[in-house]
Amino acid sequence: MKLNIALILVLFGVLTLLMEIGILNNFHRGLLVLVCINVILAVSLNLSAGFLGQLVLGHAAFMAVGAYTSAILSSRLGISGLGGFVFVLLAGGFAAALAGIVIGVPALRLRGDYVAIVTLGFGLIVQSILLNLGITGGADGLLGIPRLANFNVAFFTMVIVVGMLVALVRSRHGRAMIAIREDEIAAEASGVPTTWYKILGFTIAAFFAGIAGGLFAHRMSVLVPETFSFVYSIELLVIVVLGGMGSFTGAVVAAVVLTLLPELLREFGDFRMLTYSVLLVAMMIFRPKGLMGSYEFSIMQIVSKIKKKG
Amino acid sequence: MPLLEVTGMGVDFGGLRALSDFEITIEEGELVGLIGPNGAGKTTAFNLLTGVYEPTEGEIKLQGISIGGKKPYYINNLGIARTFQNIRLFKGLSVIENVKTAFHASMSYGLISGIFRLPKFWREEKAIHDEALELLDVFGMADMADANAGNLPYGKQRQLEIARALATHPKLLLLDEPAAGMNPSETQLLMDTIQLIRERFKIAILLIEHDMKLVMGICQRMVVLDYGMVIATGRPEEIKNNPRVIEAYLGE
Amino acid sequence: MEMFVMQLINGLSIGSIYALVALGYTMVYGIVKLINFAHGDVIMVGAYIIFLLVMYTGMHFVPAVLIAMAGCALLGVLMEKIAYKPLRNASRLSALITAIGVSLFLQNLFMTIFSPAPRPFPTIGLQGSVRIFGNATVSNLAIVTIVVSLVMMGLLQIFVKMTKMGKAMRAVSEDAGAASLMGINVNTTIAITFAVGSALAAVGSFLFASTFPQVQPFMGLDMGLKAFVAAVLGGIGVIPGAMLGGLLLGIIEVMTRAFIPGGTQWSDAVVFSLLIIILLLKPSGLMGKSVGEKV
Repeated sequence: MKLNIALILVLFGVLTLLMEIGILNNFHRGLLVLVCINVILAVSLNLSAGFLGQLVLGHAAFMAVGAYTSAILSSRLGISGLGGFVFVLLAGGFAAALAGIVIGVPALRLRGDYVAIVTLGFGLIVQSILLNLGITGGADGLLGIPRLANFNVAFFTMVIVVGMLVALVRSRHGRAMIAIREDEIAAEASGVPTTWYKILGFTIAAFFAGIAGGLFAHRMSVLVPETFSFVYSIELLVIVVLGGMGSFTGAVVAAVVLTLLPELLREFGDFRMLTYSVLLVAMMIFRPKGLMGSYEFSIMQIVSKIKKKG
Repeated sequence: MPLLEVTGMGVDFGGLRALSDFEITIEEGELVGLIGPNGAGKTTAFNLLTGVYEPTEGEIKLQGISIGGKKPYYINNLGIARTFQNIRLFKGLSVIENVKTAFHASMSYGLISGIFRLPKFWREEKAIHDEALELLDVFGMADMADANAGNLPYGKQRQLEIARALATHPKLLLLDEPAAGMNPSETQLLMDTIQLIRERFKIAILLIEHDMKLVMGICQRMVVLDYGMVIATGRPEEIKNNPRVIEAYLGE
Repeated sequence: MEMFVMQLINGLSIGSIYALVALGYTMVYGIVKLINFAHGDVIMVGAYIIFLLVMYTGMHFVPAVLIAMAGCALLGVLMEKIAYKPLRNASRLSALITAIGVSLFLQNLFMTIFSPAPRPFPTIGLQGSVRIFGNATVSNLAIVTIVVSLVMMGLLQIFVKMTKMGKAMRAVSEDAGAASLMGINVNTTIAITFAVGSALAAVGSFLFASTFPQVQPFMGLDMGLKAFVAAVLGGIGVIPGAMLGGLLLGIIEVMTRAFIPGGTQWSDAVVFSLLIIILLLKPSGLMGKSVGEKV
């Protein structure tokens, strides 16, 4: 644990240093914030899709709920400090969680496949609401959101979210969720209230997607409904599937790679979705557990392995 | 008061009568056999008792509390655990994680304690880790605690499923053909284990088996089903000579 | 009153297209328990085939639609063989993700080839309309759409109820294991189901593209989703349910647009809210039977 924290601090130190001496410029800095946001989205989606085994096709819509809620709040309330920012981020998270409950209760009582359709439909409803409501700025977008999300805030929010989710899946609550993925009937027969845990996991995932949305809004300073389309939800799903359903390490690595790749390889951008679609099918046929499976990276384990060998 | 008291339980599936007027009474610590030819409705009875299906009529009482049509997890929390005819383990998890999952209801730390690793989390997790190992040891499986459940040999999978059921601290354990697919010596070993756990955990057991000889030796009482109806109830020696039972079995 | 009847017929016309497409979802779901996400994109492919044949070879509509039916049937079978068959025993989650992958693949393949720009779909010479009573008029196209759809549904019913293959389909959807023991070739039956569903979608694509006269690579997404909602509304896996669900959904959508202020912007939201409400109240759909998982 201590070693993992040390490693994170070293990573943060190195990145900060690289920014200070100018090797990473403003463009890179912005990109890194985006990486942090996508990592939060990927690990939270992994909770619902990878650990709980529910196919969520509207993760970007939960992000949108959080983004718009926190952005409207901070514009109206004139938020500027860190304390206020944390408050609006949490408010965005809770709004997304509330949407998660509203959608999750009807969808999750039923067999798995309905979740996919209902969350997809939810994504379209959210888009149509964002386009038609006055308060969201409609198609013109929501402008003038204070730029409060710098690299430091995004990085530590990401670390906290990943840490909380890792701790969650390694508790009795996480065990219950994983058992549902493995065999819902056996989980219920072993005393696990499965419907409750499905809604809980789904809502927590929505909450963190809302937090990510808040960061996004306060990074971009402008929000347009198209950003949170079905395509974004699918990109997040690709990240989770590729990295490993049920591996946070995999989700983090895949989120970093798949966020940087299109930015660094412009030619890749044109064929991105075509490539993703082939990847999805090929992964399911040849390596359904993703590149990482359920492997988790831990510096502690590596150190103890080296010690054993020595 | 009996531990379990079932009266007039029946169920229809889309107009098809799968079980009717099912009656059984089980006292605490008793070992009862539920036998009958294939398709007689034995597993259906289990599914009704454990809440997988809702009975169309009748009453199920566990220690006087009515549980008919309640959710499976709730019935489990009240004290009925089961195994499945076609083994249902959490195949992707380790052996010990399978057992730990079933301790869910005996732990009480909340979401916050879990996420922020408060002392209560460590205390309870340590306690169930030890208890899970102890339970696996009863089945001689403590040394394979970290193995993947899906990779266990067939017989061990059946035993793990029983261990997982026991982890929920049941008062009544329902075993659905635990000897299916086993050879005679494995079966004998399993019957010994069943005796052992009944004595050690002081629980009642209801055992489904379609091989009558097998259960004769260990059960105190037996209930015989045929075509969704109870055709005989009694001690093994009474059942053995019951003409309706003989007919049902010879007719098979 | 006149307005209401006109809108009702418009609703029936759109609804009968939804019904045709919903049949594909429901048949495939009935037999392999998979939501074939790519079914909506089969419509898109069908529309492009007709569009290309009519515009560039000057072919008449009737042979063009027949070729599109054959093309879509082939596409359906290929999809099943390449993407779904290897996953028949995998988890449902894997199968669903694959279906989404196939859907995205078709959309983006067509976008790469034909650009995302919508193309005008040729009109079929049915621009006129007939007066039914008073000032109520109905377009010829709407009438043709309803009639063609009803004929296709009738043919499907005859196929499923009367032919040997139709009986095999019903047997496999009931219990694939038992059906194969009875000498039914399960693989062939599943392939035929995909073929029939996709051919119906091709007819739907022709009617759809004629009603909203354009084709574009993402047209299947919206249409497919609504047809799926129709299938769930009627009871997924039940063939008459898909027909009823499609017609109802079409009427509800058109009525929302016509009679609720600002309804046009909200009609999609209404459709999906309807889905959520059905799932809350009667998850097995209007004509579905609720079946628990076998334990």
